[in-house]
Order: sequence, then structure tokens, then C-alpha cells
Amino acid sequence: MSAAGGGAQLSTGMVVATPVTRRPRPLTGLRGTGVAGMVSAAVIAIATFVAIFGPLLAPYNPNLPNLSLAWVGPVGGHLLGFDFQGRDVFSRLLAGAQSSMLGPLAVVVLSMIAGAVLAVVAAWRRGAADAVISSGLDILFAFPGILLAVLATAVFGAGLTAAAIALSIAYMPYVARVLRGVALRERSQPYIAALEVQGSSATVICLRHLVPNLLPLIVAQGTIMFGWAMVDLAAISYLGLGVQPPQANWGVMISENQTGIVQGYPLPALSAGLCIVAVVIAFNVLGERLFAQAEAAGR
Amino acid sequence: MLAASLLIASFVIFAAVYLAPGNPLSALSGGRALPASSIRVLEARYHLNEPFLAQYWYWLTNVLHGNLGISITLRENVSTLIGSRIWTTAGLVLYASVLILLFGIGMGIVAGLRPGFLDTSTLVVTAVSAAVPAFVAAIVLILVFSVKLGWFPALGNGTDLVSNVQHFTLPAIALAFSALAIVARVTRTSIREEGEREHVQTAVSRGIPARQLIRRHILRNAAIPITTISGITIASLIAVAAVVETAFSLNGLGAYLVQAAQSKDLAVVQGISLVLVTAFVLVNLLVDVLYAVLDPRVSLGSRAQ
Amino acid sequence: MNEPLLAVTGLTVRLDVSGAKRAVLRDVALTVDAGEALGLVGESGSGKSMTARAIDRLLPRGAEVDGTIRFDGRDVNALAGADLRRYRNQVAMIFQDPRAHVNPVRRIGDYMTEALRTNLGVPAAEASHRASDMLSQVGIDGGARRLRQYPHELSGGMLQRVMIAAALLTEPRLLLADEPTTALDVTTQAEVMAILDELRHEFGLAMVFITHDLELAAAICDRTAVMYAGQVVEIRESAQLHDDPLHPYTAALAAARPDITRTAGRLRAIAGRPLSAFEAPPDQCAFAPRCGYALDACRAALPEITELDGGLSRCVRARELRGKLGAPANA
Repeated sequence: MSAAGGGAQLSTGMVVATPVTRRPRPLTGLRGTGVAGMVSAAVIAIATFVAIFGPLLAPYNPNLPNLSLAWVGPVGGHLLGFDFQGRDVFSRLLAGAQSSMLGPLAVVVLSMIAGAVLAVVAAWRRGAADAVISSGLDILFAFPGILLAVLATAVFGAGLTAAAIALSIAYMPYVARVLRGVALRERSQPYIAALEVQGSSATVICLRHLVPNLLPLIVAQGTIMFGWAMVDLAAISYLGLGVQPPQANWGVMISENQTGIVQGYPLPALSAGLCIVAVVIAFNVLGERLFAQAEAAGR
Repeated sequence: MLAASLLIASFVIFAAVYLAPGNPLSALSGGRALPASSIRVLEARYHLNEPFLAQYWYWLTNVLHGNLGISITLRENVSTLIGSRIWTTAGLVLYASVLILLFGIGMGIVAGLRPGFLDTSTLVVTAVSAAVPAFVAAIVLILVFSVKLGWFPALGNGTDLVSNVQHFTLPAIALAFSALAIVARVTRTSIREEGEREHVQTAVSRGIPARQLIRRHILRNAAIPITTISGITIASLIAVAAVVETAFSLNGLGAYLVQAAQSKDLAVVQGISLVLVTAFVLVNLLVDVLYAVLDPRVSLGSRAQ
Repeated sequence: MNEPLLAVTGLTVRLDVSGAKRAVLRDVALTVDAGEALGLVGESGSGKSMTARAIDRLLPRGAEVDGTIRFDGRDVNALAGADLRRYRNQVAMIFQDPRAHVNPVRRIGDYMTEALRTNLGVPAAEASHRASDMLSQVGIDGGARRLRQYPHELSGGMLQRVMIAAALLTEPRLLLADEPTTALDVTTQAEVMAILDELRHEFGLAMVFITHDLELAAAICDRTAVMYAGQVVEIRESAQLHDDPLHPYTAALAAARPDITRTAGRLRAIAGRPLSAFEAPPDQCAFAPRCGYALDACRAALPEITELDGGLSRCVRARELRGKLGAPANA
């Protein structure tokens, strides 16, 4: 632009074409979740490892009762002492990680798949389909998870399967509601309309464009739900309606060893409780951080 | 909407008997062998020889008349059995609700209005308490306050009002402990957000003093989401009460539900489930009403969005 | 010459922007006499809203303020407690988005009379009466009924008038209007502007009228100040601003506005984008990169304010360019 005297030299601004494209992938990555997030992820990793290899890692047999050793405190290689049947508590905790984490995993996977499918269908079709699905979900909200699980175990017999399926059904509306909101918002983005006009089929658009943009939210929601499912399933097992004793399970261990609390042997029950709390905190904290990340990226 | 929920819920509860493996008769009897006369009584009462929907109709009309069937194990009317236990559960939930409202909202308000140490410590405390299931809280409370300190009894109901309160304190704390985390969090966030809204700026620019600002503009507006989350949380207590009642050996509806589920006393399970779901739905209805009262922009029934 | 009602000198404001303290206002100076209307014009990020907030002491937490703001001879930033409340009654601010700025869960009457009842101790009935009267002055009928309504029952334009009415109830001496009509449609805009103008004259109020629209400011303000990148670059009698601007930026703004009476081949825009104060280099003229008249001298140092013919300009070449900036050049 010349600066010599004379009239002002103004040029027109350039018109920049707005690219019609899908939104850039949000910044995922554990680094984005901060120290708390990373510590939580580490705890979860440890718990997962133990869940997979628990029975192999246990130094002593977690299932062999030896009543002469009942309630004995920590001694020798037995870090946490013995439970009410004389079994090594530490080994039992390690072995119990499996059933304590497997159940929630199943619940999360089932409810997320079902919830995501319903949310995407409702958001895609809108109109009548959306109304029907939303009303159906609203009705499901009337059933608290634990209640449905108790009902299911009464009908189908106690055990992890019935409880897990019942909880999945109870959690599904929460997943669907969160995802539906975001899916609706994405659905009305111009790039989706552009893809439709180009002739892509609905399924393709949903799978290749809608769902990937929902993925961070799905992961975040799933993480938080794992925590809830763990609490609920542990409660069901505690009530004797989930995992059945003598199978090792953190919830079962608390109920088995509760008498120890009043008798002066709190360690077995408390250590099982601590395991549950530690893992749930980790999932909650990580889940919240991921949620914040997903929301920020979605804006 | 809520009526539809209740209806469908009742249908599901009713149909549970039919989903059970085996035929309805074995489900109702819990797999026990019954004498022929009992079988005939069951068939007549439950109209087992009639079409499915007709059976549902009979069951529903019975329920609405207060007849919830007979407990197989105790041979008594389910309604009577529920009636004697309902006040335990109601009392427990009420006590826990008061604790949640007092401490949950209280903490949230303090944390929301004062950033800094109080705020951070509230966040940490709630992060931990949210992860402690009611039964874990229960055993810790029993250990500390009952066994070690002897301040409260560990188990059982208590006989009169004073001893009831004593017996119910630890259970109520256990029930409220985890739930107050989310109430505190939402309260804190709502107050923070309201404090930053433009209409608060307007009030500041007109010289409204701080105390009045907080009361009339921040708290009053934040009351909407706070009431909603409190209501939802209290509703969820209805289900978790079962766990706490079991832990503390209280003879409430929840503990009885669990026992009935274990012994496959389906009539009892159905009856109690129905009562609990109805209570849950009613609390949610109350939340809807309160929401419409607090927010003049909203008409009844639109909270679900 | 009387002392001006409002005198701002050397106002520099720093805010926390992504962790660091950045300047959003730099050395802003302006005056408003009693009963005078000053327009404050600029693009987004120019600092015009921030100036009003600084005057009304509504800056966000952690803001650093240098310089002085004097109202009626008193230092505004030194006020506290009851004095500060009294100041707030004398300086009223109306905002851009009425719906966000009025509490949605309280009634209109509550909103309007709150300041009267709280700060001035006016009894409720009397306050409602005055509110009703003021409503009819801004063109809203059915006073008592309106007072019982909620904000969501009124349209944006009506709500803006309510906000104006509420602001006037405390009998302020200075009105800060932060883009009060930007969020409204054109017809409503004209109505609200008319009301503002009329009431201002009736009550003898001084006003600072903030807008991005140069013509709008010139229409109802006696003088207009133009801001760019957190600085005041020109202050001029409104009537002369269009034909005889003293700063290239003002000229560019005036020329960029499409003229409804002529047909132009292309729209004139100013190349580049407006800078915020903290993006502008501190030791040169902020507008230089986009300016058609920039010389090396403009980039060497921050231009000082030059006084010319009763107006002010922050341009090194102001005297030299006098008379050449106005009137649209060839399209």
C-alpha cells in the first residue's frame, strides 16, 4: 500500500470462503485432564491390571477357608490379615477385583450402546420418532437403578447377570438424554446438511460424521457411569443379590465381614471398602475432567 | 406424563412374574411345593386361567383398593406388612433429606460465594464423598461412632421418638453422605454462574448493596437448579435406603424388599416395588411443581427438557 | 468555562487475559459537560464498552486501573460505601441486551423500583407510582398492569424502554448508554433513539452514547469520540465529523458506510481487522498498518493528541491532512 499523499487508498476487504467441513477433532489426550486426571487414569490402569491378573497375583488362595485363622490380624506375609473365614484378605481383594470391575464394564457398554443408538436415531429423525423415544426414556427415568436390579434378581434369581442388565436399562435414559442434546445440535450443523445434499445415506452420515463428533462425550459419560455402576453393583452384591459368596467380590466382602466391625476386627471390611472408594473416585475425577474437555471442544 | 410412567411401571412390575423362568405359579410360590388347596387359591386370586391383560386388570384394581396380595413366606397381607414398615423408611429418608439440604446446600452456598480455600476444600470433600457408597459409609460410621466412641447405637430401630432419632442418626448420615456431594456441587456452580450473569451487573450498577444482591438476585435465581437437583437426589434416596436399612438392621421397606427378593416372595417384591416407584414418581412431581413456581417463565411439565 | 461533569484523564485499564495482564484501554481521555451528549464510537475490541464500565466501576475482578475519573470534581475510583452508592444513583447505565440484563424471575415493578426503595428509601407505593409514570414517559401504557408482568412477557424493544425508564427513576445526571439499540430491529431502534433523545433533553441529562455506528452517534450527540485499539483517536463536534474528520480512521469509518443515496461499484471496507488494545504495539500508531496515509513517522512512536479547531486527533499528520480526509474519494 503506497503511502504517498493524495487520496486515501482503500481496498476492499477480501471475502473469505467459509469452509464447509466437519468440525476439527477435539483435543483428546490425557494431558488435557491435568494432574488429577492423570493420577486417576493411573489408578484405573492399576485396577484394570489387577482385575485381569488378580487371581494369578494373589499370594495365597483367596477361597480356601481356615477357621482357625479367622479374624487374625496382619502377620508375616499377610498384609491385611484374615477374614471371617480365615482367608487371606489381601489375596481376596486382588481376586475380587475381577467381579467388582467386570460388572460395571458390562453395564457401561450395554447402556452406552443402547443409549447412543436411541439418541442418534431420535436426533436424526426428529419429529415423531424423537417424541416417542423421548417419552419412552422419560418413563424409564421413573425406575431407580437399584430398585430395578432388585426386582430383576427377585424374578430371575440372584447374580451378576440379572443385576447388570437391569442397571443397564436403568442407566440408558441418562446416556440417551445427554447424547441426544449434543446430537441434535450437531444434526443441525450446515456440514451435515451439505453431506445429505451430496447424497450420503443417513447411516453413513451418522456413523462417519455424527458419532465421531460425539465420541469425546461418550467416553466421558462412560467413565463417569462406570463409577456409578460400580457403586450400585457393589451395593447389590452387598445385599446378597449380586455376586454370591464365597466368590470374591468387594461388595460381598464388606457384607461378609461386617460383623468384624462391631467385634473389633474392622480391617477386612474396611480394606474392601477402601478399594471401592479409591477406584470410584478415580473414575469420577477422570470422567469429570473428560467431560469438561468434551464440552470445551464442542463449542 | 407421570401418570403414564406410573402405569407403565406398574405393568412392568406386574409382568415381572411372567418373565420369571417357569410358569407364573412356580414364580408366585417361589418354587415351593404347595398343597392343592393353596394352588387353587392362588389360581383364583391371580386369575391365572384368564388372558394376560385381564390378569393385569384384576391386579391393578386390587392394588388401587389397597390389596397387594399375600406374602408367601409370612402368610400375611402384603399391605399390612408394608404399613408397619413404611414409617421407618419414610423417617429415614426424611432425616437424610434434612441433612442433605442443610449441609449440601449450605456447603455449596459457602463455596459458591467465597472462592479460595473454602471452595477448594469443598470440591475435594465432595469428590471423595461422592465416591463412598452408602454401605461403606455405614460401616465406617458404625466403627467410629458406635464401636469406638459409643455415641450412637449400631443396629436396630429404637422404641420411642428420642431413641428413634438416636438409632436413625448414623443411618441417615450414611444415606446422605454420598448424595450431598452432588447437591453441594450443583449449588456451588449455580451460585457461581448466577453471580456472573448480566442482570447481576445491572443491579450492581444501580448500587444495590451486596447482601441484598446475593439474596434477591443470586440466591433467588440459583434456587431453581438447586431445588431441581435436591429433589432428584432426595428421590434417589428412596432406592438407596434399602442398602442402609440392611446395613443397620432397620426394619424398613427397603430391607424387607431385599429379604423378599432373596426368598423369592414375589407378591411382597411387587408390592414394595410399587410403593417405592410411586413415591419416587411423586417426589419428581413435586420437583416439577416447585420448578414451575420458582421460574415464572416455565409452565408445568416442561422441566423434563 | 464550567468544570465538566465527567472528566476522564489518562485512563489505562489492564485485565487478566489468558493469564497475563494486558492493556484494554490506553491513556483514554474525554470530558462530558452537564447536559451534553458525547458519542463513543468504535469497532469491536476498541474499548468503548470498557470505558463505560470503568466510569461506572463495573470492571471485572482483578482489573488494574491507572489514571483519573472525576465526576462532579470527585475521584470516582476513591469512592466507597455510601458515597459509591450515591454515585451509582447519579450515573445510570443502560446495556445492550435487555433480556440478559433484567432478572427474569422478578417482576418488572420490582426491577424498576428496587434502587428507589433500597438506596433512596422511597416507600413501595410511591415508588410504584413513579415507575408507572416513567413507563408512560417512555411510551408504555397500562402502568400498573405492566409492573406486575415478568420480563419474558415483554418484547425486546419494550424491555429496553423499561430499562431506560428504570435508569431514569433515580434522577441521574449522567447516562451511560452501551449500544442500547444494537440488539433491536431498525424500527424499534428509531423509536428507542427518539425516546432517549427526548428524555435526555427533558431531564437535562448528560449522556455517553456508545455505538459502532458513526452516523447514529452523530445524529443525537453533540460531540463524538472515536476509539481504536483501546485509545481515543479523535474527538470532534458531531456535525463536522463526517465532512471534516481529523483522523484517517474516522474518515475510513465514514467512507465505509454504504450510502443509501448513491450507487457504488464496490463496498468499501478497511483492509485488515480491528485490533484490540493488547494486540496493538505500544510504541507506534495502532492504525498504521491499515492506514492509507501511514509514514515512517507513524511507526516510530506513539502519536500524541493534537488539538485542532476545537477537536482532538491522535494523528501525527493531523495538521497536514486537515481538509483532505473528508468527503468520499473516487469509488
